[in-house]
Amino acid sequence: MIDVTTIRKDFPILNREVNGKPLVYFDNAATSQTPQQVIDVIVEYYSSYNANIHRGVHALSQEATDKYEQARITIQKHFNIAKSHEVVFTSGTTHSINMVANGFGALLSAGDEIIVSALEHHSNIVPWQMLCERTGAILKVIPMNLEGELVMEKYQELLSDKTKLVFCNHVSNALGTVNPIETIIKEAHKVGAAVLIDGAQAAPHIKADMQALDVDFYTVSAHKVCGPTGVGMLYGKEEWLKKLPPYQGGGEMIAEVTFEKTTYADLPHKFEAGTPNICGGIAFGAALDYMNTIGFKAIATYEEELLEYATEQLLSINGLKIYGTSKKKTSVISFNIDNLHPYDIGSILDKLGIAVRTGHHCAQPIMEFFKIPGTVRASFSFYNTKEEIDTLVAGVERARNMLL
Amino acid sequence: MTIDKIQEEIIDEFSMFDDWMQRYEYMIDLGKSLPLIEQEFKTDDHIIKGCQSKVWVHAKLQEDKLVFTADSDAIITKGIIAILIRVFSNQKPQDIIDANTNFIDEIGLKEHLSPTRANGLVSMIKQLKLYAVAYQTQLN
Ligand SMILES: Cc1ncc(COP(=O)(O)O)c(C=O)c1O
Repeated sequence: MIDVTTIRKDFPILNREVNGKPLVYFDNAATSQTPQQVIDVIVEYYSSYNANIHRGVHALSQEATDKYEQARITIQKHFNIAKSHEVVFTSGTTHSINMVANGFGALLSAGDEIIVSALEHHSNIVPWQMLCERTGAILKVIPMNLEGELVMEKYQELLSDKTKLVFCNHVSNALGTVNPIETIIKEAHKVGAAVLIDGAQAAPHIKADMQALDVDFYTVSAHKVCGPTGVGMLYGKEEWLKKLPPYQGGGEMIAEVTFEKTTYADLPHKFEAGTPNICGGIAFGAALDYMNTIGFKAIATYEEELLEYATEQLLSINGLKIYGTSKKKTSVISFNIDNLHPYDIGSILDKLGIAVRTGHHCAQPIMEFFKIPGTVRASFSFYNTKEEIDTLVAGVERARNMLL
Repeated sequence: MTIDKIQEEIIDEFSMFDDWMQRYEYMIDLGKSLPLIEQEFKTDDHIIKGCQSKVWVHAKLQEDKLVFTADSDAIITKGIIAILIRVFSNQKPQDIIDANTNFIDEIGLKEHLSPTRANGLVSMIKQLKLYAVAYQTQLN
């Protein structure tokens, strides 16, 4: 059970006003808010043990290294990862995806195929397009249906022994659809393809088990799970991380350097060139600890309640249409009203202190599919309330009346 | 009326509103009443970049004055354009080039727009001035 009144006390930002109105934060899919417990960890890092890691002989460096490595283990446990060196700290999902795409550059040849889903964040399609340009590999797309679900029969047809890599998000950021990644992974493995799942949108709602999923790569951004921005993880199976060449050269990632030859450091350091976001990594661990204290089961149950309530209330508004109507979705509602521009609705909501996202949500192919310029997206977190949803619904009604 | 005079008028009008909801309502009304651009000009080469919504602008010279028509797929954006057109349309190109745009700050338009819309506003003004420069060259 979620005690939302108590939980809200953990988030100082929820007390602020915007445009003279109490903030209603419904842009959680873009970034989550940070609880005091995580803010404290950040403050503590800079006020008591800020030091560079893995290299100093002094006490502070040791302390920082220990805390950073502890965070890696927290992440490992959270995602039930077999070995801690399969957790690579990155600057976030985008970085993680680029790392894998770049690595596969060395493993692909012309005519190989990469499958991506039609539900992708478009910035995540770009690395694969670049990879295809570089290697002569071919990009294939799993189409979606009107509910915003992937058409799995088409996926089966796309798979062949030419398929080398499948890339799909666990949860779509634009529509909230939870994709059947278990099947996607299993079927890809049957043809010997590797699978990279983008878990950026799933991580705040679903505790994914890497060993049970048997996924090859999985990515997460800390800022979507109550952690800071600019830090995240790449999970990679040991065998894959060993196979991939490093992404960047620099300190931390080498074992021995001469001008003739450099040998790379062991995992995960091979992929962690340079001084990392140490404080961010530690805070990432603290953020997962915080969410686990609340509990992912309780979070899921409560968010489902919010989703159901908001769906029902919003649909009572004349002319409102929801995009993404899969039965399996997270607490995200993408909608439009008649022909009103989502940007207009979002601007008026902002004046009422309500933060939503408007636009194409970095998923232009999805918007093209529905033939719309974008949507208004409200995304709910475990610290949101039904009263806030009432405020949203009233705000949307008001916007509708002003604009129509 | 001169550009300066029109700007003063707009500043006066905006000062009558108590809050930003009223200002938005006013801009929405302006947007609704904006004379539309002819369909033939609603093409990609008339689109202004830098807006989350689409904005089309067309300019033509009538005698020695520049006349702007414009449209957008978002109504608040249309309201903003309507204000800009009121200031800059039917003016001599050189006056448009020389015009200052203080009124934007005085009515607090920029700070009350989302960052993308504020960027859009800047590119809109830039575009109108560019048209003026182009036509001024033609007149010379
Ligand atoms: C599905 C998905 N993938 C990737 C990203 C990018 O994450 P980041 O900006 O943290 O790299 C996002 C964030 O919006 C997302 O929603």
